Amino acid sequence: MYKLLLCWRYLRTRWIALASIVSVTLGVATLIVVNSVMDGFTEEMHQRIHGILSDIVVESHSSEGIGDVEWYQERIRSTLGDRLEGLTTVVAVPAMVTFQYNGSSHTQQINLIGIDTATYASVSDFSQYLLHPENRDGLDFSLKETGYAPGRNSFPEAGWTYRRDLARLRKELEQEAERNRRLREKMAEAKTGAAALPSAMVNDSSEDLAKIETVSESEATSNSDDSDLLAGPKTAITDNSDRPHYFDAERETHTGIVLGISIGSMRYRDPLGDIKDLYFIRPGDDVTLTMPGAGSPPRAIDQSFTVVDLYESKMSEYDSTFAFIPLDKLQQARGMIDPISGRKSVTSIQLKLKPGVDLSQARDDLRVAFPPEQTMVHVESWRDSQGPLLAAVQLETTILNILLFMIIAVAGFGILATFFMIVVEKTRDIGILKSLGAPGSGIASIFLAYGVLLGVVGSVAGAVLGLLFVHNINTIAGWIEMLTGREVFDETVYYFTEIPTIIHPLMLVWVVIGAILIAVLASVLPSIRAARMHPVEALRYE
Amino acid sequence: MNKMAREALFQGNLLPDAERPRLRTFPSDQVDASSVAIAAEGLYKTYKKSRIAVPVLKGVDFTAEQGKMTAIIGQSGSGKSTLLHLLATLDRPDAGEVYFEGNRIDALGRSDRDLFRNQQLGMIFQFYHLLPELSTLENVLAPQMIGAGIWKYLCQRKLLKDRAREMLEMVGLGHRLNHKPNELSGGEMQRTAIARALVTRPRLLLADEPTGNLDQETGAGVLDIIERVNREEGLTVVMVTHDEGIARRCDRIVRLVRGRVESVD
Repeated sequence: MYKLLLCWRYLRTRWIALASIVSVTLGVATLIVVNSVMDGFTEEMHQRIHGILSDIVVESHSSEGIGDVEWYQERIRSTLGDRLEGLTTVVAVPAMVTFQYNGSSHTQQINLIGIDTATYASVSDFSQYLLHPENRDGLDFSLKETGYAPGRNSFPEAGWTYRRDLARLRKELEQEAERNRRLREKMAEAKTGAAALPSAMVNDSSEDLAKIETVSESEATSNSDDSDLLAGPKTAITDNSDRPHYFDAERETHTGIVLGISIGSMRYRDPLGDIKDLYFIRPGDDVTLTMPGAGSPPRAIDQSFTVVDLYESKMSEYDSTFAFIPLDKLQQARGMIDPISGRKSVTSIQLKLKPGVDLSQARDDLRVAFPPEQTMVHVESWRDSQGPLLAAVQLETTILNILLFMIIAVAGFGILATFFMIVVEKTRDIGILKSLGAPGSGIASIFLAYGVLLGVVGSVAGAVLGLLFVHNINTIAGWIEMLTGREVFDETVYYFTEIPTIIHPLMLVWVVIGAILIAVLASVLPSIRAARMHPVEALRYE
Repeated sequence: MNKMAREALFQGNLLPDAERPRLRTFPSDQVDASSVAIAAEGLYKTYKKSRIAVPVLKGVDFTAEQGKMTAIIGQSGSGKSTLLHLLATLDRPDAGEVYFEGNRIDALGRSDRDLFRNQQLGMIFQFYHLLPELSTLENVLAPQMIGAGIWKYLCQRKLLKDRAREMLEMVGLGHRLNHKPNELSGGEMQRTAIARALVTRPRLLLADEPTGNLDQETGAGVLDIIERVNREEGLTVVMVTHDEGIARRCDRIVRLVRGRVESVD
């Protein structure tokens, strides 16, 4: 009883001990904050990567792809049995996208993916990253009237409304240019002979206009034919008329494409320091894709597409390279359909497993079922493909944990020093207790309990502080930003608007236990010293 | 000492004298065993001060009779405090033996000596040696807390507190229960120390210059209390002092000179 009483009294009267409590508290709080933020980042990244990638990909590296898709699907189903939740076939090829902006042409390299809209959503969270709410429920690669990215003020007008306005404007400009050209011709004619006849010129141009209208209408009807849809403006230049013969962008679209948002936009900081997005491409614009054909050697194929939506997964790697078009269109364009059998080949099969299924086990089973030397396919899980990134984050977390525990260990040495001081200060008390018959172990336990109490108080206070910090981390980041004028969490870099945090209860428990343990270990030596103190010398001490 | 004997030693305080455990009989060829409270034979003790051995006790024989007051008197450095520490088992002699009521105590194990000090012995020091963090009442309770352990203490809390309060009232400090030592005068602190020394009903009181730090009048008050306890309850008292006047109030005076007993009056 005297142990607890004295321990408690020492704690209350020795404010110096608070200094060592504070170091434990700060160490624990830092550890919790860092772990929560790192876990938050990791979790967010896992979720995003996993949402974008399917669980397992069976991939062929040959440019013809997997020919016998049914056989593979059957084999996968029989291998995985009821572990399989969803399966889809895709064609993924490197490609180039070309778009016009401000009158100049821009080209970017992309990862073109042909997806089966019916099944693709079953293997990944693809559709939830689309901007148009209707497309999130089911993508049909058609341009929507309007209503992209609801709630995002900075997003420009997009969709059919925008496309029509743009097409009308372009048409007017072209007509204007055409008129000017004719005027110049007429003037040149007039110079050579006849007098200028403005009325004839007007008649002429209206005739021309009518002609253009009819041509584009006929083109529209021919383009509504599915097989010709892809051909777009290329097929428009079939007759040998000297006039440009165009596809009416005001009424029709090319095949739809979903582009990664960063392919056609740029995030930057304006001089005032606000984050701004500049969109070069928006739904309703036309782009040209150049991709390798399936033949050998591959021939470059280029086709026009109409952007029907943007894809924003907030993982810059994917947002700046992914582009999606319908699977059958891509197969058709690349010549992946066997003209005789009509069999369509794909480059990879993506699988989704049931929740709780062992990912590595399933992957290994598939690797056995498809030996690479025979089938020429490669089986990978999403973790494998993002392995280096995930491992880097893991390593970072581990190193930070070690470093921060070292900080707490430093705090432990602080406790050790403080305790030695307290033991020296309490030498007389120790002598008195011994003269009253207190055993050495009892005296040691006073200081040990003192250490435990310090550790508990310090780490619980630290845990509370850390949790409060994590809970308000975005507010705190805002304050720091205000004070220093530097952005703590740069949106142009991370694509997060908030700092993601996750608190694992087990982590919390480990940190607190670790801190208490360090405090206890630090108090062991002073306690032993106190217990071994010779009573006569302790009493003589003044 | 086994657990039962230990238990017996603790229980002993609550038992009448006759039933107190006697662990070993004193060698019968010595003094009359029943009348001797504490005895020492041929004590030698040498302290080492920075590699120079300083002999403090050079063969001291000492006896204190049951229920009597014995004074140990001597100059500074004569070894009187060291003798007291050896009697209190706070230290071990280099040679010689210490007997308490017929039982040898200097060779006991550490925990048994702790138990002996807690149960059979009361000690008073020149500098009071109260625990500064505890109140008067808690200081007096401390020996009982040490002896009882948490569970026993919690069970008997009321009983033990009453006992401590009773002791403080006995030394005239019933109104100072919740004061900290630094709020008390020297005389009050020493009286608290006496209450603490007596709270476990010890068989022997060892006092190391109990009035050394007090003025004449206060010191006399403290001595009065010690004498009263000795007279009324028959408590054996061994008191170290360098003051002849105080020594003369005792039944017996043992004079130490340079580590040897010079005379016994």
